[in-house]
Amino acid sequence: MIFLIIPLVIIALIVVAFIGIYNSLVRLRNQVRNAWAQIDVQLKRRHDLIPNLVETAKGYMKHERQTLENITEARSRAMKAEGIGQRSQAEGQLSGALSRFLVVVENYPDLKANQNFLALQEELTSTENRIGYARQSYNDQVLFYNNKIQMFPSNIVAGMFSFTQGEFFEIEEQGEREVPKVDFGDVGADTSQ
Amino acid sequence: MLLGYLAGAVFFQPDGGWLGLLLALLVWFVLSLISFTSADSILLSLSGAREVNPEIHPRLFHVVEEMKIAASLPAMPRVYIIDQQAPNAFATGIRPEKTAIAVTAGLLSRLNRDELQGVVAHEMSHILNRDVLFVTLAGVMLGSIVIISEVFLRSLWFTGGSSRRYRSSKKAGGQLGLPLVALAVLFAILAPLLTRLLYFALSRRREYLADATAVRLTRYPEGLASALEKISSARVALPAANKVTAPMYIVSPLIKKGSSLSQLTGTHPPVADRIAILRGMQVRANYLDYQKAYARVKGKDAVIIPQSGLRQTEVIGIRRPSAEAETAPAGKKGIREAADLMRAVNRYAFLLCACGLKIKVPPDLEEPEIACPRCGRKHEVPLAQLAAVTAAAGALSAQGDAPSARPDGADRPAQGREQLVYQRKGQGWESFRCACGRVLQLSPAFASSHLACRNCGRKTLIMEPAEGAPA
Repeated sequence: MIFLIIPLVIIALIVVAFIGIYNSLVRLRNQVRNAWAQIDVQLKRRHDLIPNLVETAKGYMKHERQTLENITEARSRAMKAEGIGQRSQAEGQLSGALSRFLVVVENYPDLKANQNFLALQEELTSTENRIGYARQSYNDQVLFYNNKIQMFPSNIVAGMFSFTQGEFFEIEEQGEREVPKVDFGDVGADTSQ
Repeated sequence: MLLGYLAGAVFFQPDGGWLGLLLALLVWFVLSLISFTSADSILLSLSGAREVNPEIHPRLFHVVEEMKIAASLPAMPRVYIIDQQAPNAFATGIRPEKTAIAVTAGLLSRLNRDELQGVVAHEMSHILNRDVLFVTLAGVMLGSIVIISEVFLRSLWFTGGSSRRYRSSKKAGGQLGLPLVALAVLFAILAPLLTRLLYFALSRRREYLADATAVRLTRYPEGLASALEKISSARVALPAANKVTAPMYIVSPLIKKGSSLSQLTGTHPPVADRIAILRGMQVRANYLDYQKAYARVKGKDAVIIPQSGLRQTEVIGIRRPSAEAETAPAGKKGIREAADLMRAVNRYAFLLCACGLKIKVPPDLEEPEIACPRCGRKHEVPLAQLAAVTAAAGALSAQGDAPSARPDGADRPAQGREQLVYQRKGQGWESFRCACGRVLQLSPAFASSHLACRNCGRKTLIMEPAEGAPA
């Protein structure tokens, strides 16, 4: 009798552990997907914000037509872009255009005194931060998930149900990480770049 | 902690053995039941915090939401503001699904964006590291041990004599009892003391850990460092805080006397050390770097970060300060801003008079007109605005959960009954000005009949472009 019970108990334990590991893998994978979706949400938020921003700034920044056009263009490119590679490149360009814009804004005290613009600027700063933190959080989730897939004993379950490793988000454009350099001597004369 | 608790229970042996143990368990159970079900609401109401909506302080909401994203919290914490000039903040919430973050008005008026972010990240780390749970559990332990030993010592005072007189006839029983009683008395005196010291030591470690996690979340140690500097230099005590709630705050809300004893009995590590460690992190923002900086500053190798954290050696760069690094207004202007903020929390409306004075209208004012106290100009009281603000605040408190994002204003009651119409010129991008002055944008894909202003909530009727208009 006892020889029958012991293997049964062991099998039951293994099955329970198996189910637990499988479920935790699914949970982690969903968290990775959710974190990825979160990046999209924040990028969408930025797209929605830009028209208002440009419209408010237009009246004050007569000499910065080019900067503003760059932003609008980069936005529509980013909205149309297909595929991860093309999209992240377009979004990178948009980030660059926006950070150049935020530097140029410093030269327009009237614009900076506008309450409406201040609120928009705060929204923009927050959105930029959120995009950064969403990417960061995505990478964290991918790290947890990949660790789980590679470690024993969950790697066995992962192999059986073909859980594939997540890919880290890396910023293609080195320029996005850097604060744009601006020579305050000739801002306004040449802001096309 | 469990050991300390058991020790507390064991000294009941001479008095009644299992009965004492049962009693101790009961005390512990009741205390923890109370604290688990309502600790956060008790704490929030004790500190005088009021829940706010995003309109009152958009920046605070943004920062909290940024940190929520960075920490991958499942739900947005509720945001509270405390009407106090002392800069401080705390977080509550035993489960990450239901949390709250409270900051004082003084904190908001003193810190710039990066610093506020550091503080919010520190509080978020307390939630993430389950420190709130820890503090609650430890507080319950401490509380029950104190209660049990008090009860025991006092009962011994009264019954001790009589039981010895009773036992004097049976010599054997007395001799067995005496060392046990002595041991129990010793325990009863030492246990609360030791637990308290242990509690403080653990609490200080959790603060370092929360600092480390905060840096990991924000990638920006300088923000938290300079925030700590500003907070500690403020030297205003928080009247609403006491010894029990102290470990929840970012820096100890009680003003220290500055003795060396506070090193041992403080719930928070010395702020100077915390700043030095944060400033010592120069290259990376991961746990390992914090641990190294800690060892450099404190000169000892105490491990404050759990091993699982140290194993994550991924390279995390430190980010640059945000573009807007202006310092927050200090002095009189800062205090005025904090006061205005509290009026906004308390549902005041603001009118800007032509003479430059900002008139504060209390929410219960029912006069149709108000005279400017400086120049005497008459102003119409924006009753609709007052009603709208009150309604919004009422909806917020009824709703319970804070909205995850800035509500887009469409659900706010519109002011006035005027019909706004805009005639589209073509099919491309167009913009027009709402009656409140806000510029609204129409996309080529806009297909609805009305557009709600994001600023005032007014709805504008959008007319299709006339025939033959250029596409």
